Amino acid sequence: MFDDSNIIVGLELGTSKICVVVGEQNADSGVNIIGLGQARSRGVRKGAIINTEQVEEDLRAAVAEAETMADVEIRSVYLGVSGGHVRGFNNRGVHPVVSADREISADDVADVVKNAKAINLPAENMVIHAVRQHFLVDGHDGVTQPVGMLGSRLEVDMHVIHGNANQMQNAIRLVKGTQLEVNEIVFNGMAASLALLTGEQKELGALVIDIGGGTTEYVVHSDGVIRHAGVLAVGGDHVSNDLAYGLKVPLSRAEKLKLEYGSALVTEAAKGQTISITNDLGLELRRVNVEHLQRIMSLRLEEIFHLIAQELDRAQLTDYLRAGVFLCGGGSRVPGIVQLAENSFQMNVTPGHASAISGLTTALDQPEFAAAIGLVKYGSLRNRKRPASRSLATIGGLTDAFRRILPR
Amino acid sequence: MPATPAVKIFGVGNAGVSLLTALTVPEFAAAHLIAVNTEAASLAASAAPMKIQLENKLLRGLGTGGDPDRGRAVAEEQFSTLKSACDGANIVFILAGLGGGAGSGISPVLARAAREAGAVVLAFVTIPFECEGNRREAQAQQSLEQLKAAADGVICLPSQKVFKLIDENTSVCDTFRVIGGLLVEGVRGVWQLLARPGLIQVHFADVCALVRDRHAENGFAFVEAGGPGRAREVVEKLLAHPLLDAGRVLAESDAVLVSLTGGKDLTMAEVNRVMEQIKRQCGHAQIIMGAAIDAAFTNRLCVTVIAAKQNVASKLAVTRTETQGGISTGLSQRDTTVTRGTRTRRAKEKLFQPQLPLAIVSKGRFDKSEPTLHNGEDLDIPTFLRRGVPLN
Repeated sequence: MFDDSNIIVGLELGTSKICVVVGEQNADSGVNIIGLGQARSRGVRKGAIINTEQVEEDLRAAVAEAETMADVEIRSVYLGVSGGHVRGFNNRGVHPVVSADREISADDVADVVKNAKAINLPAENMVIHAVRQHFLVDGHDGVTQPVGMLGSRLEVDMHVIHGNANQMQNAIRLVKGTQLEVNEIVFNGMAASLALLTGEQKELGALVIDIGGGTTEYVVHSDGVIRHAGVLAVGGDHVSNDLAYGLKVPLSRAEKLKLEYGSALVTEAAKGQTISITNDLGLELRRVNVEHLQRIMSLRLEEIFHLIAQELDRAQLTDYLRAGVFLCGGGSRVPGIVQLAENSFQMNVTPGHASAISGLTTALDQPEFAAAIGLVKYGSLRNRKRPASRSLATIGGLTDAFRRILPR
Repeated sequence: MPATPAVKIFGVGNAGVSLLTALTVPEFAAAHLIAVNTEAASLAASAAPMKIQLENKLLRGLGTGGDPDRGRAVAEEQFSTLKSACDGANIVFILAGLGGGAGSGISPVLARAAREAGAVVLAFVTIPFECEGNRREAQAQQSLEQLKAAADGVICLPSQKVFKLIDENTSVCDTFRVIGGLLVEGVRGVWQLLARPGLIQVHFADVCALVRDRHAENGFAFVEAGGPGRAREVVEKLLAHPLLDAGRVLAESDAVLVSLTGGKDLTMAEVNRVMEQIKRQCGHAQIIMGAAIDAAFTNRLCVTVIAAKQNVASKLAVTRTETQGGISTGLSQRDTTVTRGTRTRRAKEKLFQPQLPLAIVSKGRFDKSEPTLHNGEDLDIPTFLRRGVPLN
């Protein structure tokens, strides 16, 4: 029987591209990126699927490319989800320790975690992640492992990330329709932060911003745990759209201009400079002012950063980001964006690089793949948590099957 | 000009008289409340300290019977009574429900009388629901035009818009209470602006300069919020307010009056935050603001916004009705020339290319998708448009 348990695949159905990353888990449970497939995405807007047929077609192309490159057969994937509907918030669960000797047992911990997950969500939403931050025993903060401690009151802080169930089910069904299993769904922002941040940076406190085509995800880590997460349904598509509107050019042309002349800040060189737009025959149609182009872009990107900064201020997290801001996603390729982010956040900004993982450098160096690589990383962490010694593959398969049947 | 202006508040017609009852609170103790109606029964029920019953043989004590012409006729007949009632006032507020006989007929005449008596006239009126029928609507519209011509400013509340504020289960009584409440809040907003000790004082002269001779139709909104995030909340509510058409009214107005009321804990930063947002919405409008302190408002913040809209169409309409003389029956020749003189001067200084209200901004590829709303802003619309950054 072909054992593919050490192959981990991350799949991201993005607005601008569909991307499949294949990783191979080593014996020492490190993970190595061995394959990469991508296809231009045509059926996604602002992170939400609008045309299932096109997405399916693109997905097949991307998967085929990744399979050829990695020389494996892909059976199951970790699916990244995003979209304007995804939100994160902190919640605290409380549980009184009732046993006679006041010793906290593993059951107490399970109960308090369950309480923390019992939150008041809109009916159409479901929880994607509930990430444990830390425990409090009798009001004492910062306990990471309470089992065996004495106390009368156990509390836990969790960060709960939730989103619209239908939208996420759409993505899951679509992937299943292509004969792929979905191991788990993972919030893209969280995946990106897994790929980008080292343990040290998470400890220090860092903000990861993934500027994608249709959405911008942001995640704050501090003290080694996720403190905040969110999505703005604004991304590179909006930049192109703004340019198309402001410069009065078609969208496809705006996209090209963005890539060729775009900048996050209005550069000195652009002042007064114009470029001519030619048609297929090389005849000049009209001229476009580069300064305007860059100003439109700059305003949009600045607004994205501004909205995130505002959100962090509201959550009172700005002072915890000692490792600074990390950028990834296609948007982080825009020249001058680091400077703009530094101006907006007033802290150190690093362009993203998937440093927490090894493998194909061509893949790791590209900020667009951060989220998909993070998905692989997430999968490897999940795999490691499972019992390592699996003498009988069938039993493993069975428990897996149960896992899938049982509700999350 | 006296430090605190003398204010007289007139409630005209059945609706106006009952609205006046809502104002008989200590807050308005300094204002003279005067009820004006043709029906004795409604006046008898009113708590207003001064009542004027307009009566002539034609009415035979039966009221106007929903005919504004009768209302107007009886008001013209007793023009001197109305004028003397307005004597000594610097500001006259007129509260009325348009569409019926008394409110629609008497209000424009009263407004003219008050202006002749030397007061600035602000009218707060409601326009009937669409379901009340064409006739009442037409009467209300006609009366509104006349009132706009006669009064310095008209603050008009189409009842139909109230549907956005109420839910399915609101009773009829409650609905009218909401409408009444809105008008009273409008009066209160202006009143507070003038009467309260202010952090930022609004001078009577400022208000006069804002409303005098504008003959404009105004939009207004009253919002309130409490707690630590009140400044932000107030702005959000204001921009989402149905009576301001989601901020569109602000964008179209050319003069905006903002009255903030807060407790002793009102901070300058909050005032600044609210004003900054309003300013951004208003574009080139002239803004008059006042911030007042009231101990009862501790930990709360109330904002009343009155936006004077003056579009070309209404200006033309006003000029036309006046030159035809159809409604300005009692207007003396001297008065006509004076107002016309000022109007032509105004027209000259306002000679600029009018901008079409192109509120619809194409969202390009996001046209059909669900809008990305954040704090009441649609992020799909290009940032440079929302910020109003010029590209030239």
